[in-house]
Amino acid sequence: MSEKDKIKTLLVKKPLKLDCGQTISDFPLAYETYGKLNDKKDNAILVFHALTGDQFASGTNPITKKDGWWNYALGPGKAIDTDKFFVIAANVIGGCMGSFGPSDINPKTKKPYGTNFPVITINDMVNAQYNLLEYFKIEKLFCVIGGSMGGMQVLQFVSNFPNKAHTAIPIACTASHSAQNIALNELGRQSIMADRNWQDGFYEEQNKQPDKGLAVARMAAHITYLSKAGLQEKFGRKLQERDDLKFSFDADFQIESYLRYQGSVFVDRFDANSYLYITRAMDYFDLIKKFGGNLSKAFEKSNTKFFIISFTSDWLYPTSENREIVIALNAIGKDVGFVEIASDKGHDSFLLDVPDFLNTVRNFLNKSYEKI
Amino acid sequence: MKKEFYNIANLVTKNAKILDVGCGNGELMKYITENISEDIRGIELSKSNVQKCVEKGLTVIEGDAEKDLRQFPDNSFDFVILSQTLQAFLDPENVLNELLRVGKKAIVSIPNFGHWKVRLHLLLKGTMPVTENLPNEWYNTPNLHMCTIKDFENYCKQRNIKINLKNLKFQNLFSELGIFILEK
Repeated sequence: MSEKDKIKTLLVKKPLKLDCGQTISDFPLAYETYGKLNDKKDNAILVFHALTGDQFASGTNPITKKDGWWNYALGPGKAIDTDKFFVIAANVIGGCMGSFGPSDINPKTKKPYGTNFPVITINDMVNAQYNLLEYFKIEKLFCVIGGSMGGMQVLQFVSNFPNKAHTAIPIACTASHSAQNIALNELGRQSIMADRNWQDGFYEEQNKQPDKGLAVARMAAHITYLSKAGLQEKFGRKLQERDDLKFSFDADFQIESYLRYQGSVFVDRFDANSYLYITRAMDYFDLIKKFGGNLSKAFEKSNTKFFIISFTSDWLYPTSENREIVIALNAIGKDVGFVEIASDKGHDSFLLDVPDFLNTVRNFLNKSYEKI
Repeated sequence: MKKEFYNIANLVTKNAKILDVGCGNGELMKYITENISEDIRGIELSKSNVQKCVEKGLTVIEGDAEKDLRQFPDNSFDFVILSQTLQAFLDPENVLNELLRVGKKAIVSIPNFGHWKVRLHLLLKGTMPVTENLPNEWYNTPNLHMCTIKDFENYCKQRNIKINLKNLKFQNLFSELGIFILEK
């Protein structure tokens, strides 16, 4: 079985008009499913992944051979119980795990799109994934769920399709990407672009890879996913396989070694241009502006029951920004619950073994499913 | 369930839209959901209590009534419930104003500092009263603004808040708790 055969793909024939003005059609959307769709087709959950995630949320990712990115939360008997629910996860367009992205071949030039790939938005990603509902003939999803950029997609999904999900769980996200987070994304992009091998985005046709730039982007981003307390607890000033400082620029400290490792493994599984496109989509996300400064208007037509989750130590998408979504929903009397989970694991908390978080998701899903 | 909760539940009407401020572990909300109205949600400060509400399948928002009532529009609930927490707020006057803005009616219960046991405790022992409803010592009590049923009635009268009261004189002496329905 070749690598590509392990990826399920829906060829979306219907034209999709992107926010940038271009229209795409006949494009691949890679997806994976877990669990079984029941006869009533009322147990489907659409999971949206974050910046560097993909459709392989649970089990072992057949391409990277690593655990799925949401293995703690998703699987048989887990918080999102695939013995009970039918879970669909797709790779976002712009991504690099089989969905239409910048490393695909442009039929006009017979070369990879590179930076000729159209700029995509969270709105475009969600509209592309909506095709999966039609493909699986699902009238209404039980839930849409996702963290970080996945949470942004949850908000956009409910706004675009107000009555296509019974429940929605946006986790550790925002309705409007902050200046701080645009700045951090720009740091990552500039790091990629500063790598000579990037070649203005046309590195593939020259058989080059801007690995160094992408690794540094990942290292910087990785710090933002953790918290100061979490870093201090896990690494402190511990030295890496040495008894004393070496008076050099080797990785003396464990945290340095850890970051270098994170950077090096990332480049094996992720495409630099995808990183540019997806971070751009996050930066462009501003549901508040889209609705004239009134976020409530984004959800006015929806009857979706919301449950919003943030984490105490998340400084990337802090509780205050998650709370803004709660406030917007309360202002129009929508059904919304909210919890801030205590965790020192930073923004990454939603991906990790944080029992309070996992129990919250499990209880909300199970209790809500009883009521539909 | 506490007797107080049955009394409060008896005051809300069928299928009313209700907000339980400081809903604790959701015991009252659960009872109301199952018996009177499903259109109920809560605000709760304690993270562990919020978890317990979610376990019960209740809609709960983690938050602080002193800050987070602001987000609800005027008259967005038929009833707003506040059980035995008014005295614990830094600014109970503001909270009462917010309850009456957000709810068409507010159901408020207070531990009565005018109860005879409280009076007797202070009179005979000369120390701050510790009773079943007021179990804490002076140094660790969360209650910043204790009042009596009579105080509360006077307060409402001064501010033209409609309050249901009967036989006040004896209630102030013999009730450990005061439960009131307030209207603007």
